[in-house]
Amino acid sequence: MKQIRLMVNGESHELSVPPWRTLLEVIREVLGLTGTKEGCSLGECGACTVIMDGKAVNSCLVLAAEADGKQIVTIEGLADGNKLHPIQQAFVEHGGLQCGFCTPGMIMSAKALLDETPTPTEEEIRRGIAGNLCRCTGYTKIIESIKAAVGNTEEK
Amino acid sequence: MAEFSVIGERLPRVDAREKVTGEAKYAADYSLPNMLWCKLLRSPYPHARILSIDTSKAERLPGVKAVVTAKDFGGWTWGWMPATRDEPPLAVDKVHYMAEAVAGVAAIDEDTAEEACQLIRVDYEELPGVFEPEEAMKESTPRVHDYAKNNISVEYHWNFGDVEKAFAESYIVREDRFRTSRATHGYLEPPAILAYYDPTGYITVWASKQSPYFHYRHLAACFKLPLSKIRVIQPFIGGGFGGTKNDSLAGDFCAVLLSKITGKPVKYVESMEEELVTSRRRHSMIVYSKMGAKKDGTLTAIHHQVVADGGGYTAVGPLSLYLAGFATTLPYRLPNFKYDAYRVFTNNPIGAAMRGHGITHTRFAAEIQMGMIAEELGIDPVEVRMRNAIDNPKPGTIYETINKVTLKTCGLKEAIQKVTEDPIWRDRNKTPRKEGDISWGVGLSGTSYLGGARQMGHQACAAIVRVCEDGTVNLITGATDCGQGSDTVLCMIAAEELGIKLEDVNIKRVDTAYTPVDPGSYGSRVTILAGQATQKAAREAKRQLLEAAAKTWQVKSEDVEIREKKVFITSDPERSMPFDKLARIACYSGTGAVILGTGYSGYGLEPLDLTNGIGNGGTSYSFTAQSARVGVDMETGKITVTDFTIASDCGRLLSPIQAEGQIEGASVQGMGQTIYEDFIMDRGKTLNPTLLDYKMPHSTDIPNIKLIDIVTNDPDGPFGAKETSEGSIVSTPPAVVSAIHDATGIWFKELPITPEKVIKALKEKL
Ligand code: FES
Ligand code: FES
Repeated sequence: MKQIRLMVNGESHELSVPPWRTLLEVIREVLGLTGTKEGCSLGECGACTVIMDGKAVNSCLVLAAEADGKQIVTIEGLADGNKLHPIQQAFVEHGGLQCGFCTPGMIMSAKALLDETPTPTEEEIRRGIAGNLCRCTGYTKIIESIKAAVGNTEEK
Repeated sequence: MAEFSVIGERLPRVDAREKVTGEAKYAADYSLPNMLWCKLLRSPYPHARILSIDTSKAERLPGVKAVVTAKDFGGWTWGWMPATRDEPPLAVDKVHYMAEAVAGVAAIDEDTAEEACQLIRVDYEELPGVFEPEEAMKESTPRVHDYAKNNISVEYHWNFGDVEKAFAESYIVREDRFRTSRATHGYLEPPAILAYYDPTGYITVWASKQSPYFHYRHLAACFKLPLSKIRVIQPFIGGGFGGTKNDSLAGDFCAVLLSKITGKPVKYVESMEEELVTSRRRHSMIVYSKMGAKKDGTLTAIHHQVVADGGGYTAVGPLSLYLAGFATTLPYRLPNFKYDAYRVFTNNPIGAAMRGHGITHTRFAAEIQMGMIAEELGIDPVEVRMRNAIDNPKPGTIYETINKVTLKTCGLKEAIQKVTEDPIWRDRNKTPRKEGDISWGVGLSGTSYLGGARQMGHQACAAIVRVCEDGTVNLITGATDCGQGSDTVLCMIAAEELGIKLEDVNIKRVDTAYTPVDPGSYGSRVTILAGQATQKAAREAKRQLLEAAAKTWQVKSEDVEIREKKVFITSDPERSMPFDKLARIACYSGTGAVILGTGYSGYGLEPLDLTNGIGNGGTSYSFTAQSARVGVDMETGKITVTDFTIASDCGRLLSPIQAEGQIEGASVQGMGQTIYEDFIMDRGKTLNPTLLDYKMPHSTDIPNIKLIDIVTNDPDGPFGAKETSEGSIVSTPPAVVSAIHDATGIWFKELPITPEKVIKALKEKL
């Protein structure tokens, strides 16, 4: 067992985890934050994307022990109380989701992208979410949503 | 005044907020105290006799609570029709495909359950397998199921008109062999279930099912319980697209049985690899197409001989082959049609339903072959389609095909016209044809798909509209939104009928304890059938409300109207009250009342004629014309799709954002199956069982998609709606394949068109 400390969505958690536990398992099963999804468990679909120290990561590929002392943001940490984050709002308004299973990971990737590149080109948006599969939307409305979010974030 | 106030508005999905915040719970997100985890042991052989199973070591592993094998299910089998119930929950004396489940374990955690599976000892006697459907039909080939001679699982022989005479009289006749890929749904949510068989004898499950009432019936039959003791509670569904999530899986049956044995809730979550190697995928079909035409390109006859790889069990195969046949007489006039189809057992994973079910295979073949004929005759691709396209029937009249499929609306000609006026097609010769190694091409297709699919048994959708005293409305249906947006559409229908706003309608997800029975979300049936049910239920609730208003104002109900949440007397709109006030008056009338409207769909009452292929497979039919622009790298064979223009006659778009998303998503899925997606199989073994190796389109691969809406306002759908999205997964492959032909001069007849196939074909051409 390993003793680790995770800061998740601003809350600190002291945990003892087996060394092989992934960050994804800890987020979903220990902390009960089921908004982060498990698709492939192999780093191929992006459903499990969270932000770790400012970077989007596939939490299924990160061992919980490696996340010791890191700042983690999951989908549950984006909205401000009842007020959706501008990226979430844009996905709602522009139809950037259907079944919603890719959505939390997609939004986290979009957030990491916009944090780093506040006004991305369409090409940069496409590349920014290239690790996130979506089988429902064909990506068109996801890309539109992220473009709209750029507008929304700028207005603020 | 606008015709509608909610219908046709660009409103967001009703479940969007829960989904963007991560609050939406999917099956794997549920857990219960004291829950156990289930894992399955799967066969390492595609075809083998099970000589013995020894579970004792697994049972002794600390943390293991129970182990089940086929004998614990007492010989029960299931299937789509009474005559095809060939599938047991766990393999009985033989495994029929690789990774078929043979045992299930329940343990205190997933790791222990997994470890226990490795301790189960199964002695197999490997049997010779059969993997190619045409091979499987030979007399000398081993049988997958002893009862199935020549491994034939389903066969149809239909004959309309006189194809032989028509071919003899045709100016041109072509014969070609086409083959479609081994594609799968590719939803991101692997199937999952949380099951609890409680001590009082009730089963409750939270399962990822796009058609939960199938599962409801399967569980009742398997566990020999009355339906009233089965409760399927619908979580959010992470994509369906037919097939696997319409059916019940080994993991579902095992989780329930293990819960019964242990008295504890049991959770089963499939891994993506298990999903990819066992998914009930699209059939791969071989289509021998013979097509005749006159000198002017008018079609005279089609004879299709189809051989479909059915895999180890029958599943929904009878329907797949029916669909691949009955709609060949759409979307072009066809006076003679013959269909000889075989679904064949092999030791491959099971072939079943997937978006664009059945029709995609034969439409691809016929559409490409028509292009080949037009090319030989020197007829323009647009012209040949316009000459053959079915005309839009005049209002009040019906077009009937030779196999008695009936249409009341058909927007194909308008769709072709609009698509070919669009710059992608119009200017195709103005843009460079060749840039460096890239050769550019533009292709065209015209297709049709059914909506409001009929089926064999229970057909109707039902809805309940309950008006609450605060002026909001609860909508209760048995329909499932697995991502396609039907909850939003149904709420919009209810809001439109009642004269209120979308946010005033709350839809409840399926819970078989409370919601009305529904056949399921397949065959593009929800908007049309659950939509009609919702419309009727809302009208009935409105009638009760209007009566209450009329009584209050001492006028006749017919003189009262509700619009934009305002109730008023039509002749004197000043006399009005807010909707919530009327709701209160109605609910409190007398000693108190219940304002409840109910309704059920009335379309599609005649059952399917599988044997003869006569009559309708759906309630109405969408029509799609599509152009595609591709660049083919003549050195590497890599294909890049840059543009789609898609004109869809969906009757009327009820919820434009949702419908557009469906069409875009389906066309990208169709693009995947045209140029990337295929399971690579080696004697029953899947060689690419990961999302890295089974390549689906990523954000960097997709074309710019332009959509054009063709309104035909079909009389057999709520507010004139027909189906959307299955049309564009069918129209995409022929559009892309035609574009590749335009770029390379080669007609590809086997999907997917991978770079290797392109290079090979280019070499052969030289
Ligand atoms: S679950 Fe982590 S990338 Fe798929
Ligand atoms: S919305 Fe279903 S996978 Fe993206």
